[in-house]
Amino acid sequence: MIHGLSVAFLLTSALTVAGALAAALLKNLVHCALSLTVTFAGLALLYLQLDAQFAGLSQILVYIGAVAILVVFAILLTRGAGIPEYRGFSSSWLAGLAIAAAVFALLAWAVTKSLPAAAASAAAPAVTVQSIGVALMSSYVLPLEIVAVVLTVALIGAVIVAMPEARVAKSETEQGGAK
Amino acid sequence: MTPLAAFLVVAALVFAIGLAIALTRRNAILVLIGIELMLNAANLNLIAFWRFGAKPEALTGMMFAIFSIAVAAAEAAVGLGLVIAYHRHAKTTDLDAMTRMKG
Repeated sequence: MIHGLSVAFLLTSALTVAGALAAALLKNLVHCALSLTVTFAGLALLYLQLDAQFAGLSQILVYIGAVAILVVFAILLTRGAGIPEYRGFSSSWLAGLAIAAAVFALLAWAVTKSLPAAAASAAAPAVTVQSIGVALMSSYVLPLEIVAVVLTVALIGAVIVAMPEARVAKSETEQGGAK
Repeated sequence: MTPLAAFLVVAALVFAIGLAIALTRRNAILVLIGIELMLNAANLNLIAFWRFGAKPEALTGMMFAIFSIAVAAAEAAVGLGLVIAYHRHAKTTDLDAMTRMKG
């Protein structure tokens, strides 16, 4: 038994890792997307355990509410036509797996070696949503504006990239009509 | 094992699984899923260091994580838009078949 860790943490981390593993191993793409949602929910629960309520709820809103839905829509839009996939894994999957295992071993080694052994279990920080809003509007206002521009540009760009066919067809019909 | 180390190990595990997905799967959407998992693991690291680090009232790690969530959402939108555009063009999302992107 790992002492010092709560049962809630162990359950949540097991749920998170199980969801990620299912996303890695399942054949059906929709199942992968749904287990990805489980992982996102588990990470949101971990944020809540870290007293980061705002980040946890943002995680639920953004990832479960938007990114997971986007992934499911992309999967539904991109299958049907095309070659059915006989193999879900690439030909060099063994090398990829070895690289991932090596990265995990390195990270886990670094974490267990470098952190101090004393439990730095500080009291929960008194952070309210109001203080986050004040910080966003005062000392972090420049990053906030830049992120606003990045989001606008990225979403407009995504829409433009995702539908070039309609534009080409329209310009062709206009040229055809001019002739 | 301290709580901070436990959270960091979980984040490392999620990162490694995301990296394995991105390196071994053949579907482009699944590779994007792996990238999302890696970004989420980084966010968990940021929040854990914010919680157990010095001066959490300064909100540095929390802000970093929130901005990272916003940028990751933009990245997902652009990446999936690119995959849909490629699929419309070449009728495949298989990465082994994606040998050229020029029309």
